[in-house]
This record gives sequence, C-alpha cells and structure tokens, in this order.
Amino acid sequence: MRIFRLALNRLAVSIPCMGIILLGLFLMLQLAPGDAVDALMGQMGSNDVALAEQLRQQYGLGGGVTTRLAIYVWNTLHLDLGYSVAYNQPVLNVILQRLPVTMLLMISALSFAFAAGTAVGIIAARHVNKWPDTLISTLGLIFYAAPSFWFGLMGILVFAVWLNWLPSGGLEDLGAGYTGIGRVLDIAGHLILPTITLALIYFAIYLRVMRASMLEVMTLDFIRTARAKGLREGAVLTRHALRNALLPMVTILGLQAGAMLGGAVVVESVFSLPGLGRLAHEAVQQRDLNMLLGIVFMSALLVIAINFIVDILYARIDPRIDFNG
Amino acid sequence: MSLLKSLCRSPSAIIGGVLLILVLLMAALAGWLYPNDPLALAGRPLQAPFSNPRFLFGTDSVGRDIIAQLFYGARTSLLVGITATAVAIVIGVLVGSIAGFYGGWVDTALMRVTEAFQTVPNFILLLMLVVIFGSKIATLVVVIGIVSWTAPARLTRAEFLTLRNREFVQACRVIGMPDWRIIFREILPNALPPVIVYASVVMAFSILLESALAFLGLSDPNVASWGNLIADGRRVLRSSWHVATLPGIAILLTVLSISLIGQGLNDAMNPRLRRK
Repeated sequence: MRIFRLALNRLAVSIPCMGIILLGLFLMLQLAPGDAVDALMGQMGSNDVALAEQLRQQYGLGGGVTTRLAIYVWNTLHLDLGYSVAYNQPVLNVILQRLPVTMLLMISALSFAFAAGTAVGIIAARHVNKWPDTLISTLGLIFYAAPSFWFGLMGILVFAVWLNWLPSGGLEDLGAGYTGIGRVLDIAGHLILPTITLALIYFAIYLRVMRASMLEVMTLDFIRTARAKGLREGAVLTRHALRNALLPMVTILGLQAGAMLGGAVVVESVFSLPGLGRLAHEAVQQRDLNMLLGIVFMSALLVIAINFIVDILYARIDPRIDFNG
Repeated sequence: MSLLKSLCRSPSAIIGGVLLILVLLMAALAGWLYPNDPLALAGRPLQAPFSNPRFLFGTDSVGRDIIAQLFYGARTSLLVGITATAVAIVIGVLVGSIAGFYGGWVDTALMRVTEAFQTVPNFILLLMLVVIFGSKIATLVVVIGIVSWTAPARLTRAEFLTLRNREFVQACRVIGMPDWRIIFREILPNALPPVIVYASVVMAFSILLESALAFLGLSDPNVASWGNLIADGRRVLRSSWHVATLPGIAILLTVLSISLIGQGLNDAMNPRLRRK
C-alpha cells in the first residue's frame, strides 16, 4: 500500500514535466525552417500554394499557434507522432520496431555496469589506499575519460579484427539462419562488445560511488556491533554493509538512465545495431524532424518509466522512505 | 593563494595540470609548427606513422597530415570545452540563483523546466538542436551549453537555499540593497566554489559531446576535430588502425587532465576530504 501510494505520487510529479517537454517540442517544430507540408511539396516537386494551404488544413498545420499547439498535444498524447516521409510509415511504428534492441542493450549494459561496479568497488574499498585500490581507481578514471565510440572501435580492432573472437557489428548473423537457442547465443555474442562499450563509463561511475559508499558505511556503529557479536567478515560485508551501501547506487541508476539512452546513439552507430539510437542518427542525416521529435518524446517517456521503477525499487530496499518524503 | 598551494600538494592535480599544459601547448603551437591548412591534402593517403619524416604520424585516408590535425584538433576541443562550459555555467547560475533566491512559484516553475531538460537524454536533445540550428562550430558550442546547464543550476540553487537567510543577506536587505545586487554581488561569490569545481565535469563532457557529434559526422566539417579524424579512421580500421587510435588517445588524455584537475580542486576546496 505504501509503495502503491509512493508510485502514484511520483507519477503525478512527472505530469508537469511531460507538459513542459511537449511545449518545448512544439516550439522546436515552430523554429525549424519549413513544416511537414513544405517537405511534402518538395517531394512532389510542386509549388501550388492552394494545394499547400489545403494540405495544411488537413494535417492541422493551419490556424493560429494555439490551435496548432492544441492539435499537436492532443495527437502526441494519443501517441500519434506523425508520419515519417523517409520511412514511409507512421513514426510510432518505426520507433516501436527499433525499441527492443535498445532496451536489450541498455538492460545488459546497466546490469553489467551495476554488477561489475559493485564488485570492483567493494574490492577497492577493502584495500583502500593500497595498490589494488590505486590500480582500480586509475582504471576508473581512464574509462571515465575515454570517448565510448573510440573504445568501441578499439574493441572491434582487438577482438574482431586481430583475434577474430567476436563479430564486429550487427545484431545477428542473418546468413547463418540460426533458430531457437542458437539464435539467442548468436545475438548474445553480437551484444558483448556493444554492452561493454556502453557500460564502461557507468562502470567507472558505479565503482567510484560504491567505493565511497562502502567506506562510509563501514565506519558506522552497526558494523562495529555486527563485528562485536562475532560475525564473520564476509557476513558483515554482504548482510550488513552491502545492503546499506547499495542505496546511493540505486539512486544514480535512475539518474543515469537518460544519459545511457544518449550513449546508445553512438554505440549503436559504431556497431550498426538497428536500435532507437541508430534511428536518431539516421533521422538527423535525413533531416527527418518528425521522427526526431518522436524519438525525443518516447525517450522522455522511457526515462520517466525507468525512474518510476527505480523509485519503487528504492522504496522496497529502504523501508524508511515514505510517500510524502 | 592557499588554494594554489594545496592544489600543488595533490598528485592528481599535478598530473592533470601537466597534461593540460601539454594540450594547451599543442593548441598554441599548431599554427607555428604546421602553417598549412590541416585539412588540405598533403601527400599520399594512408602512410604509416614514422615511415615518412614529413608526416610523423602518417596521413589519413585522403592524404591529410595526421599530426597537424591532432594539433589543430586540440584548438577545437579546448575552444568547445571552454565556450560551451561558459554558456552552461552562465545559464545554470542564472536559473539556479533566481530559483534559490526567490523560492515560491518562481522556484517551482524553474525547477520543473530543469527537470524537463533532465528527462530528455541530453545527446538526443543535442541531435535535435543540431538539426534545427545547424552544425557551425559557433552554433555547436551554444547548443552543447544548452544541454549541459541543468546540474550547475541545481548546484547553484542548493547553495542559494542555504545562504539566502544568513545574517549578511538579512543585513543587505535591511539597508535596502536591490535584489540583483544581493544575488550577484553578495550571495553568488559565496555560492560559486562548488559550481566552479563542477565546471570541470561540464568541460570534460562538452569535449566528449563534440567529439561524439563529429564522429557521427554532425559536427562542423570545416574545422579540424579529433572526432572527425576518428570517423575517417573508422573506414580504414582494418588496414590503417593508427588513424582512429591516435586522436582517441588525444581525447582521452585531454578529458583525463580536466577530470584530474577537477578532482584536485574538489579535494583542495573540500576540507572534509583533505588528507591528514
């Protein structure tokens, strides 16, 4: 019940946020040179003013700014994101086709970064200011500073070109015609390099947060109590310290969701994965503004959804969180 | 002065400082060492590094000198980093200080806008703005600033919230000082230190954002940029891997130097973290 009310409360907060995003997107549409009808007329190779006017009425592009805004908001709320001339399909269809790949990539990268960051962060905290800690922290700084697309290219160079262990791009080997478990393994193999490439910077962030959080928790009184009652070090670490040290990790999980979606644009382009990010890149190259606005809207929805899940997770882990807090 | 002294005691700040000075030297000496246009054809394409004394790091796929592009690329990256950070900090400080100082509905409204900006993934927002406003380098720095102002705004607001009811602010109000003077002359100098530390993060990310845009072929093609060079090297990755590798190392070291300095600044300014 507490979690349900917390959830409702969170959703209510994101409504004004979504409203501002819609307003912003509409403003962008107004600022862009030419509208959808201009693009359409250009495609038809005609400059008939009367026809243009008629089309504008038909697509809800005529009338004053307020009418157009109302129509835009109404359509978007119905997930009618317009028509993409470049793909000759409704924008929503194209986005939904591309979404699963991006979700798969994001989930695997997040899980990898979270698990590896937690484990390595604990190791660093256990050996604070000794050589393992120095080594880990230095590696973390380098991962944090390297551009992900460059890391991806270096990964391709080493593991695909030189060692020939992993495929250099694409989602699956279509020519091989795998089915069932073989296909799953094939896709997993194709996702190893993109996952690590996307995850590296978040791995660096998580590892730093985990190290700091673990160091702080280990100084608290209840850890001393746990040790005093004779618990083994492993039990103190996993059952007492870890659970508390994970809280800040979960918080940044939500904060990073949006950034990770942005990172997916670059990583999907490097590995030619047919995801949402690659779609955004194609939309830019084709100057397909409708598509791009649709992607912005859908990714904002996605970020809100992820944050919502993270909030609920957080409330499950930490029973002190209240719905009006 | 004491800040500079404690900076000099931090090993990360020293390493970062040395690296950054090297990058600054590259940017400063670019025109003197390589007076020709770095984007002009210079010789046979795809020469290997150290094979031809005229081109120390070889040539790219169209025969442009790689080391000249690296030197001019340092200019572009630093220019983008500094200007975009300035844009982001100015917007962030303005929004954050007004929201924090006035509170109430002004604060609520401004913070909702900040949240909206944070909800949209900033690289995707950046792509949208590039489509609408174009990718000239001057436009690019403003646009990169526009997608990075939210964290500085939140930081400034948090500082203002703790400072606005202090005695020195109340004293200013009593003597009838106008609001803008209290905000910018009295509170802001006290609120600025954490924002300045954070500026290093914004700068590092601005450089990464520009290089990512350039890699996707969406940056200014008429400016030598490390990202552009990596995009070129990607096409010949199998045969001439040095073309993509070298500019990546340049980006890594530049961003690393800025993060290290930021970390040193943070340690120096935050007495709680100061090593005993």
